[in-house]
Amino acid sequence: MSILTAIVVAWIFGVGVYGAVVSRNLIHLALCLSVSQSSTYILLLTVGYRHGAGAPIFKGVELGTPAVDPVVQALTLTDIVVGVTVTALILALALDVHRDAGSVDPDEIAELQG
Amino acid sequence: MSRRDVRRLVGVPVVAALAVILAAGILAGPEFGEFHGAYGQMLNRVAVPERHTTNVVTSIVFDYRGVDTMGEEFILFAAVVGVVLLLRDEREPGRDTRGDDVQSDGIRMFGVAMVGPVLLVGLWLAAFGLVTPGGGFQGGVVIAAAVVIVYVTVGYRQWRRFGRERLLDPFEGLAAAAYVAVGLAALVAGSAFLRNLLGNGETGTLLAGGSMSVLNWAVAIEVAAANLVLFTEFLESYVVPHIPER
Repeated sequence: MSILTAIVVAWIFGVGVYGAVVSRNLIHLALCLSVSQSSTYILLLTVGYRHGAGAPIFKGVELGTPAVDPVVQALTLTDIVVGVTVTALILALALDVHRDAGSVDPDEIAELQG
Repeated sequence: MSRRDVRRLVGVPVVAALAVILAAGILAGPEFGEFHGAYGQMLNRVAVPERHTTNVVTSIVFDYRGVDTMGEEFILFAAVVGVVLLLRDEREPGRDTRGDDVQSDGIRMFGVAMVGPVLLVGLWLAAFGLVTPGGGFQGGVVIAAAVVIVYVTVGYRQWRRFGRERLLDPFEGLAAAAYVAVGLAALVAGSAFLRNLLGNGETGTLLAGGSMSVLNWAVAIEVAAANLVLFTEFLESYVVPHIPER
């Protein structure tokens, strides 16, 4: 099973970074970063997984029942929130660049300035 | 060879190498499902007796690692301020634009039917965040979604009545401040920052958690307001053109 999570995480991370490398549109670039970051959610959650364990919520569940690691779940929550806000900020920057340069293609913008 | 081809030529091997290193690192770690992090397992045992909240994830977010969450809240706050600074300055507020009244009856009906349930789900997620799955962050996002559905249903002009900076900004700022205030209140009372002052309450009920409930609601309001401010800013920069056509 470890090999499967390793492949999924590495694949999502790689696809996102590759998209960012060849991106010709700043909005596309922001989405690629989001994709790349999604790999960290999967990595965190799989790290915390325990065979045969339930959710770390003990409403109506006897205390001491095996549960998955709650710390990584809290970290994933932080991760998602930070991801969303950073995406919003990048999109606002893209909008600003488009306003000034009239383009969202990083190459074109570089040419305009160079 | 275009710049794009060069990027692809360099990008493929570099990205592949990074992905392989990442995969190798994961494989070198503990086997899937076999990692028993001592901290997490300990919290699973002690969180309910110590804090009386049955959702361990939320008690980590608002209590055991409450200071981290304060930092996170201010990342959110800073990002929203950044977006506002970038997008708000050049706009002429109130200048009406284009008729974007909702034409489709289907969308109107869908909107009217969905607003109530979505808002209820959001409030429920936030309110029971300390008991069952959910919490301020999740609830806040869903509450904001309910308000966005209102926009989808009634169109821009009516929505603008309450989708306004003047209305949303105070929520955003005050909710962030409330989090810090709860922390400082504990300091003033002579104990550690963010320490629970209100008592633990009865296990597994809405009253469990004490100060955590206050933090939970502060975060819910903060997140809902932040999402709506972001939505408003992007919407306005689309609807209200700020620069004359070149």
